[in-house]
Amino acid sequence: MPEVQAKGGDDNEGVQIDLISGERMAGLTSMEKIRLILDGVRDGNIVILEDGLTPDEESRLIEVTMTEISPDEFTGIEIETYPKSETADASFLDRLMGKESTKKLTVIGPANQIETLHKDETLISALVSRK
Amino acid sequence: MGLLTNLKDSISRAAATLFSEENPKRIGIYGPPNAGKTTLANRIARDWTGDAVGPESHVPHETRRARRKEDVEIERDGKTVTIDIVDTPGVTTKVDYEEFLDHDMEKDDAVRRSREATEGVAEAMHWLREDVDGVIYVLDSTEDPFTQVNTMLIGIIESQDLPVLILANKTDLEDSSIKRINDAFPQHETIPLSALEGDNMDEVYDKIAEYFG
Repeated sequence: MPEVQAKGGDDNEGVQIDLISGERMAGLTSMEKIRLILDGVRDGNIVILEDGLTPDEESRLIEVTMTEISPDEFTGIEIETYPKSETADASFLDRLMGKESTKKLTVIGPANQIETLHKDETLISALVSRK
Repeated sequence: MGLLTNLKDSISRAAATLFSEENPKRIGIYGPPNAGKTTLANRIARDWTGDAVGPESHVPHETRRARRKEDVEIERDGKTVTIDIVDTPGVTTKVDYEEFLDHDMEKDDAVRRSREATEGVAEAMHWLREDVDGVIYVLDSTEDPFTQVNTMLIGIIESQDLPVLILANKTDLEDSSIKRINDAFPQHETIPLSALEGDNMDEVYDKIAEYFG
């Protein structure tokens, strides 16, 4: 059976894509999720999250990314989700009761390797390049 | 009964702290780099206190530290609304020092500026989670508002139930489109303005008083 993921890393043959299920992320703390994402992205991988992050986790992801940027090594991340978040549609009562849905497919990659070509409510089109 | 009384007292105390005149609300000015946040902060501060908040520039990430201007008293319809304005660094998910080399900067200066910029963005995010009571979200109306940073930040602000006023800045420029911003964030009211020229500031102050007063 062929490998599902393209081989990335040092041999520079391709770009590795990690598709992380919502189930796997559900068992992690916020910082573990952020670490999982950034470790992958800093290795040059494209990380795709089935369920995305909560707004608070997105805020922390930006903050931690900023602390890790270093000249000529890591310039940050490109992150894309569908523009319309279900959070905006949830009523205050739903959010209060914890019924808020933040599930949204999210693509994250190294800023110098991924470029968004097009984005709308239903489609994210991105160009991924090798280092 | 005692428990209920205690709860009622706690709520009253919390409400008194939130809304007392001794504690002006801290209003964060947020948005992507180069949207005109500092120009707006300076316009508001100059109009009501006579002082500026910080230097403005066309080079991205001119503001690399959050700056607070305290006790800005805005008068509307005979009432006074007192707020603290917090001008924050433009939020982004990436900073590459090579971008600054295009602005006639030496490598050492560009690297230092990019390092300060990353610290500033982290600081801005921290303020947003912990230390602001409301947000003025500034967008450059000549640019596409459908960016990931805008989508994420508006989502973060909404998730915290912070009052947010969206401003479509730079209406003095030919390519300005207020409709594009309205369409991107239909769940919020969009107020057009030119912070540089001072156009439509009366409506901006009316809305600040309405949202944050």
